[in-house]
Amino acid sequence: MTTPGVDDAVAEKPEKEPLAERRLHPITPLRRAWAPVAVVIGWALHDPDQTQRQLTRLTTTTLLIALAVIVPAAALYGFLTWWFTHFAVTDTELRIRTGLLFRRTAHIRLERIQAIDVTQPLLARVAGVAKLRLDVVGTDKKDELAFLGEREARALRAELLARAAGFAPETAHEVGEAPARELMRTPPRDLALSLVLTGATWGALVAALVVPPLLWWATHSLWTVLATAVPLFGAAGASSVGRFVTEYDWTVGESPDGLRIDHGLLDRTHETVPPGRVQTVRIVEPLLWRRRGWVRVELDVAGSSNSVLVPVAPREVAEAVVVRVLPGVTVPPLSALSRPPRRARRCLPLWWRGHGLAVTDAVFASRTGLLRRTLALVPHAKVQSVRLTQGPWERLWRVADVHVDTGANKTVTARLRDAQEAAELLGAQAERSRTGRKGARPDRWMV
Amino acid sequence: METGSGQDTGVAGDEPVWIGLPPGLLRMRRLLLVVWLGLLAVGLGLLLGLLCGPVWAAFALLPLALAGWGWVVLGRNWRSWRYAERADDLLISRGVLWREETVVPYGRMQLVEVTSGPVERHFGLASVQLHTAAAATDATIPGLDPAEAERLRDRLTELGEARSAGL
Repeated sequence: MTTPGVDDAVAEKPEKEPLAERRLHPITPLRRAWAPVAVVIGWALHDPDQTQRQLTRLTTTTLLIALAVIVPAAALYGFLTWWFTHFAVTDTELRIRTGLLFRRTAHIRLERIQAIDVTQPLLARVAGVAKLRLDVVGTDKKDELAFLGEREARALRAELLARAAGFAPETAHEVGEAPARELMRTPPRDLALSLVLTGATWGALVAALVVPPLLWWATHSLWTVLATAVPLFGAAGASSVGRFVTEYDWTVGESPDGLRIDHGLLDRTHETVPPGRVQTVRIVEPLLWRRRGWVRVELDVAGSSNSVLVPVAPREVAEAVVVRVLPGVTVPPLSALSRPPRRARRCLPLWWRGHGLAVTDAVFASRTGLLRRTLALVPHAKVQSVRLTQGPWERLWRVADVHVDTGANKTVTARLRDAQEAAELLGAQAERSRTGRKGARPDRWMV
Repeated sequence: METGSGQDTGVAGDEPVWIGLPPGLLRMRRLLLVVWLGLLAVGLGLLLGLLCGPVWAAFALLPLALAGWGWVVLGRNWRSWRYAERADDLLISRGVLWREETVVPYGRMQLVEVTSGPVERHFGLASVQLHTAAAATDATIPGLDPAEAERLRDRLTELGEARSAGL
C-alpha cells in the first residue's frame, strides 16, 4: 500500500514496461451509424418542397451511386475513429488517446475522481456493451469510454476504483468489485404515485392540453400550433413518463468504494461515488407528498451531472441514507432550525417563515420554501468560501443573507438572519470550514 | 486549529487589519466619468443648440448633473472597498447600498490572477482575482498598485500551498 506522502514519487517513477493500451469494443463504430440518416431527415424537414422536387428527380442509378459512396465512406470513418482510439490505465491516470486528424490525449488523474458512471442505453443493453465515464472536474462528453464490453466495463470500474482508493498497482487487478450492501430501493408503485402527486407533472400536462387549442382558436395557423404543441407535449412526457423510466428501480447501495446508485427501466445507469465526494445534500419535500411523509433527496458532486440520490422515500429511510452519505452527520430536525427574526417579514412577507438555519458540528443546514420545503446540508469541510450580503431594505430591518459556496458550483443561502448574528456566522463559518477539513478522509480512501 | 506561521502581517484571529484601496482607482474612475459625460454634454449642447435653439441646449446640463452625482457615488463606492489578510483567510468587504463581505480560506484557493487592462496600466493599477473551486466565489480586489498586487499574489499563493485543501 502507498501512503499519501509518496504520491509524487509514484507519478514521477519512469514506466518500465510499455503501457498496455486497449481499444474500445468493436461495436463502437456502429454507434454513429444513425448520424447521416439524421442529417438527411433534418434537411428534408427543413425544406419540404425542395425535398419533394429533389425526390422526383432521383433515379435508381443516382441512388445506387450515392449509396455506393456514402456507406463505405461512413464505414471507413467509423472504423478509423475506432482504430485510433486507445485507452490505458497507469498507476495514477487513465489515459485516453483519440482522434484521426486532430489528435487528442486526455490524462485523467485517478485520485481526482469524483464519480464513475457505467451507463447502458437500451440498444447497448441489447448488444451487451456499456459506456464508462469518469467524472472529474472539467471532463466533458469526449472523455467517456463508449463502448466497452459489459464485463470489461465492470472490471475496469473495479480496477479504477481500486487504484484510486490507493491499492498497490500490482494487486489492483485482483481486488475485484467491492461487495455492496443495499440501503434502499424504490418500489415502482411509490415512484408512480409520487409522480402523480407532483405539481410539475400536472402543470406540464395541463399546459400541453390547453395552450394548443387556444392558439388554434386565436390564429388558425397549423404551424404555430404544431410548433408549440410538440415542445409542450415533450416537456409533459419528460416530466412524467420520462422521469418514471429514468428513476425506475432506483437502488442505493453502500460499498467500501463508496455509494452505488443503480437505476433505469430502459437505459440502465450504475453510478459510483467514492467516499467524501458529496458536496451538498438537499432534502426536498413537495407539498403533496407531506401527508405520506415522503421526501426526495438530491446531491451535488463536483463534475457529475447526476443530482438525484433518492427519488422518493419515507423520511426516515431517506435520512438514514443521508447519514451514510455524509458520515457523522445527523439531519437536524425541524425544531432545531432557528427562524429569521420576526421583522424579516418586512423583507419577505409570509415566506420568511419557511426559512431556517441550523449549524451543527458537521454541517451547515439551511431550509427554504413554505410549500415545497427544501433543507440543504453542506458539510463544513466542503465550503469553499463564505459571503455575507445585505441590500438597503434589508439593512433598514437589520437582517442579512449568508451564502456558503461549495465546490459543485452550488451556493446554499441562509436568508434574512439578524445582522449581528450573520456577521458572527460569517466569521465562525469560515473558521469551521477551515478546520472541518482535518477530520475528512484522504482522497485515496483506502490508504 | 491550524494557525499561520509567524510571518503574518495581520494580527491573527479576531481583529482584522483592514486595508483600503489606493486613491489611483478613484482618480481613474472619476477622470473617465468626467471625460465621457463631458463629451456627451458638449455634443448634446451643440447639437440641440444648433438644431432646436439655445433653450433646448439646457438639456446638456443633464449629463453634467449625472457626472456630479456619479462623482459622489464613485467616491463612496471606492471608500467602501477594503480587504484584510488574516492568518488563515482573506476578507474582502465592499458596497455601499448593497454590502457584500467575502471570506476565502487560503487553503481553498485554486488560482490567483493579476490582471491589468490598457487603461488600468496607464494609471499604474492592477487587480487581483481569486478563484476557488466554486464559481460563485467572487473575490476580486480592483485598483491595486502593481507592486502590491504582485506581493499579494505571491503571498496568497504561498499561503494557499501551505494550507492546501482541494474539493
